[in-house]
Amino acid sequence: MNSPALKEWPLWEVFVRSKQGLEHKHCGSLHASDAQHALQMARDVYTRRQEGVSIWVVPSNTISASEPNDKGEFFEPASDKVYRHPTFYEIPEEVGHM
Amino acid sequence: MNAPVDYLLHLADNALILGQRNAEWCGHGPILEEDIALSNNSLDLIGQARLLYQHAAEQMGQGATEDTLAYFRDVPDFRNYTLCELPHMPLMAATSAGDRDFAMTIVRNFLYSSLMVLVWDQLQNSKDAQLAAIAAKSLKEVRYHLRHSRDWLVRLGDGSEVSHAKAQAALDQLLPYTQEFWTTSPQESAALANGTGIDMAALQSDWNQIVDEALQEATLQRPAAGGFVPTGKQGIHSEHLGFVLAEMQSLARQHPGATW
Repeated sequence: MNSPALKEWPLWEVFVRSKQGLEHKHCGSLHASDAQHALQMARDVYTRRQEGVSIWVVPSNTISASEPNDKGEFFEPASDKVYRHPTFYEIPEEVGHM
Repeated sequence: MNAPVDYLLHLADNALILGQRNAEWCGHGPILEEDIALSNNSLDLIGQARLLYQHAAEQMGQGATEDTLAYFRDVPDFRNYTLCELPHMPLMAATSAGDRDFAMTIVRNFLYSSLMVLVWDQLQNSKDAQLAAIAAKSLKEVRYHLRHSRDWLVRLGDGSEVSHAKAQAALDQLLPYTQEFWTTSPQESAALANGTGIDMAALQSDWNQIVDEALQEATLQRPAAGGFVPTGKQGIHSEHLGFVLAEMQSLARQHPGATW
């Protein structure tokens, strides 16, 4: 009995990679007592319909997030910079989806 | 070469009855994730049972199907270990759903999965090619069941005073039932003789090692061996199997041949 029992299980964010070569995508969150526990529960909840080949779990409190109030200065300045979109190029068909 | 029908039924009945028991948690799990985990476990086991029943039914002929084997046999026909049919609660307690004890569920799944990782591993070499294929598929599933139940066993045993006491009580209650693993039934002898089955007694030391290591990690005491040796796989069951079958079979018997 190394550490005292937890009254509340901390929150974990779950990321699942659906195929080799693709990136892990955020798919939800769950409460678990530690990382191993979180991984197993994520396996049971988020991959039972063959959704994944790899799982990451991350303690939610280690994620730093932007503030909704910062929306003006963070995101709106980009809205009139249309020249940043690569819409002025013709992509050859052989390239496929980009 | 085919495994004896009664041997296939023994393997199938273990999976079906424990699958039915674990399905009792569906909608009642202690947390959502565990509810789904136990339902996953249950569906794995019922899937194993289906493959084994289908294989047995082919040999039996005379209209036997996986459904007639699961739903239209009675208590003395079932060949599962008594361990698999016990309720999720101290055996003398009332049978209301509210008394379901998660520690009993975990300890039983741990004891059974510890055996089946060894059994399925060996049955991959069965002379019955169909059984060998079922074993390969089932081995992957039961490895996860062992991982899941062992993880919880350690958390409960090496957890709070209450969880430790419940895990120890469940172990004291259930471990004696594992003595049945090492006795020999006629169907096991027949399967061993024609090369489709395995020598169960030879698995005992490996099983002891898996169990003892986990119990040590979980700070649980292994109760002394001895006492009554159950006989479920010979068709002589506890009083609990009748209630399991009543619930599991009633729909199929009221509406035989129903489809959806």
